[in-house]
Amino acid sequence: MILDGKIPSGPLPEKWDLRRAEMKLVNPANKRKYRIIVIGAGLAGSSAAASLGELGYNVDVFFFQDSPRRAHSIAAQGGINAAKNYPNDGDSVERLFHDTIKGGDFRSREANVYRLAQLSCGIIDQAVAQGVPFARDYAGYLGTRSFGGAQVSRTFYARGQTGQQLLLGAYGALLRQVKLGTVNLHPRTEMLDLVVVNGEAKGVIVRDLVTGAIGSFAADAVCLCSGGYANVFFLTTNSIGSSVNATWRAYKRGAFFANPCFTQIHPTCIPVTGEHQAKLTLMSESLRNDGRVWVPKLKGDQRSPEEIPESERDYFLERRYPSYGNLAARDVSSRAAKEVCDQGRGVGPGGRGVYLDFADAIRRLGADTIRERYGNLFEMYERITDENAYNRPMRIYPAPHYTMGGLWVDYNLESNVRGLFVLGEANFSDHGANRLGASALMQGLADGYFILPYTIANYLAETKPGVITTHFSEFIQSREEVSAFTNKLLSVKGKRTPAEFHRELGKLMWNNVGMTRSEASLKEALQKIPALREEFWQNVLVAGAGMKLNQELERAGRVADLLEFGELLTRDALQRDESCGAHFRVEHRTPDGEAVRNDKDFSYVSAWGYQGDGREPELHKEPLAFENVDLAVRSYK
Amino acid sequence: MNLTLYVWRQEDRNDKGRLVQYEARDISRDVSFLEMLDIVNEGLVKKGDDPISFDSDCREGICGMCGQVVNGVAHGPRKKTTVCQLHMRHFKDGDTLYIEPFRARAFPVIKDLIVDRTAMEKIIESGGYISVHTGGVPDGNAVLIAKRDADAAMDAAECIGCGACIAACPNGSAMLFTAAKVSHLAMLPQGRIEAGSRVCVMTEEMLKQGFGNCSNHYECEAVCPKGIKVRFIAKLYREFIKAKGNL
Ligand code: FES
Repeated sequence: MILDGKIPSGPLPEKWDLRRAEMKLVNPANKRKYRIIVIGAGLAGSSAAASLGELGYNVDVFFFQDSPRRAHSIAAQGGINAAKNYPNDGDSVERLFHDTIKGGDFRSREANVYRLAQLSCGIIDQAVAQGVPFARDYAGYLGTRSFGGAQVSRTFYARGQTGQQLLLGAYGALLRQVKLGTVNLHPRTEMLDLVVVNGEAKGVIVRDLVTGAIGSFAADAVCLCSGGYANVFFLTTNSIGSSVNATWRAYKRGAFFANPCFTQIHPTCIPVTGEHQAKLTLMSESLRNDGRVWVPKLKGDQRSPEEIPESERDYFLERRYPSYGNLAARDVSSRAAKEVCDQGRGVGPGGRGVYLDFADAIRRLGADTIRERYGNLFEMYERITDENAYNRPMRIYPAPHYTMGGLWVDYNLESNVRGLFVLGEANFSDHGANRLGASALMQGLADGYFILPYTIANYLAETKPGVITTHFSEFIQSREEVSAFTNKLLSVKGKRTPAEFHRELGKLMWNNVGMTRSEASLKEALQKIPALREEFWQNVLVAGAGMKLNQELERAGRVADLLEFGELLTRDALQRDESCGAHFRVEHRTPDGEAVRNDKDFSYVSAWGYQGDGREPELHKEPLAFENVDLAVRSYK
Repeated sequence: MNLTLYVWRQEDRNDKGRLVQYEARDISRDVSFLEMLDIVNEGLVKKGDDPISFDSDCREGICGMCGQVVNGVAHGPRKKTTVCQLHMRHFKDGDTLYIEPFRARAFPVIKDLIVDRTAMEKIIESGGYISVHTGGVPDGNAVLIAKRDADAAMDAAECIGCGACIAACPNGSAMLFTAAKVSHLAMLPQGRIEAGSRVCVMTEEMLKQGFGNCSNHYECEAVCPKGIKVRFIAKLYREFIKAKGNL
């Protein structure tokens, strides 16, 4: 099937206005008759739920943590982009649009990206009004900094905790609605199925993580804001509870999964130390503003960094990408780091690390300025590694961080299943094959504050409220299936824990479907994943019972889904026989190691449709048309 | 290294609960405290025992989901460090560790080391925000904010809402937590308009939720993983007096 993104006609800058003008509205008096379910309470979920509540809808928000303020958006450090052009350095909506399209290596929709750039400025204003304490200069104006993939300074920040402050802003707006009675929170609750009635999303089946009870909830529309799936790689910067289950269960109910192979490996993470590590920690990319990345020129150089003279250091990003230098896009920087380590020039235990050196910046600006800019990051680094980065360069290495792929949505953020809206990292829409730094917060909030409230009205206006109830057979059946799934996990009583399977899957995905991919590595993964999945269902050991708090059971359910999802990701990587953005196929590279895109054959969104367990999913395509940008070779040289 | 653990086990809210002894063997000094518990749990699961339940999510010290009392100190012995960021290199081979949940009247135990912190959320819900709608707001630079005010507001806004301050307080008071939010918003011009009503409803809600009052022990500041200062409690008092004066 050729998918239709329902992009409005008309010139690019006017598309969103045109769409807003043609969309239907819900009469204010009728809004309270509608119920909307929101899954996830991060930036996308909280901003959407708060905005919908303000408009007068009834909203139910489900999340697995004990409070919306825990959602993993909170961990975003560096900042949020907006085309304000406050520094007068040549920024504009047009330029942010171009940078994002180019950063995504021309695999995203022009219209979506343009709208994102247009909405970016309003997000900053909204956050300021909520009391987000963005950095200010001495005259009291908002400060900005530069981020990877951009030559202007458009990233707004609140120390190294921008995600935290933006989430707390949205959280305040959300709790205000809770107090006003429009929003109901369901903490410690995990979505385990989407209920589709007559082809439209009308509810969810959830598990109460405290009592173990399985519950059914009906609504007039469902919004998934459940984040990304990087945890398929096990060791990532994502939180422990982040997983694919909400989007995966929706996929199994008919929603298409788009571009799952577009997974971002972040260049500046603290390197892996050992087998029992549960996750990795990111150091904000903003550090690359002042830090210089290097490795020794000599293979296997064991000297400590201060003993290595300038002439024997290879500042490989500055060397390879002179115009962007240490601020080259994330995928490009990550691969460059992997290459120097593969050459045996990596530093630290296991040779899997590169230096990020602040000595020059400290000499130039003084340690106080550096402390002011990144103090909390330096502290965090010391806490984890026991090393002081003011005296000794940090060691960093790439790690899985963000996933550009997600459920397919049209321009209105509606999936191919009617009434199912997907926001933030959970959808695929704006970042193409690679996301630029400081754009995730921007997208999550644009979706939640400024897009969904309009587009969902257009759907609801054609829907009679409250028709579907949990007594419908679809709810009863789905609930039974969820209970059966849980019981099945508990009844295997094998020998290996869910964590062991997760670790093994993660290693396999990282080695075969990670930063670089080849036909052979992908085909091997396609053999091994089903085998591992089979072993899981014969040999997993899930302690405890179903009808009570059981963290092992939660973990087992998430791993079971990842074991299915990993195969789809790999299949997508195999079918995309080109290199683009974060998706790097070794068969397609220039002699000096840069990605080679194939626009003739792969300028499309791949959207996979579930066909039943054990059957190959069906590939649908949405062709990407570029009318306003030239498909150029992406270069940071 | 090898450690002896005494861990609080409690089936549910109504169970009495008890300390149970476990051995943690061959723990690397580079793993985190929670990773050490993960290892102990894998061992328990393999033996067919019920693993220790504890909360965590980000594991990088920002979400505030984790929280345990280690040897009598909320979040353990390291200053300005959540228990998920605490590394085993700060312990010695042969150490004995007592691991308990965050205890306070307002925090019922859900299971083992997991407590219910809904009461904190209720304080924010009562008025810990600026009542702004989505849309229709002025340009971000329309209202200038002195750098020192923005910085001071940020110092207070860094609170991660973990509840360590409450667990450490002999009165089980949520004063530092409440004061951080009151101060963050009161120091910004956007937040001034509601500053008076905010401090009143939030402190009232705090008492209603069963949190105690502040009697200047400063245990809260000592354990706060973000180093939130007790001077914000003084700020809360000033705001409170100002507000009551206006009534
Ligand atoms: S798990 Fe998030 S702060 Fe510890």
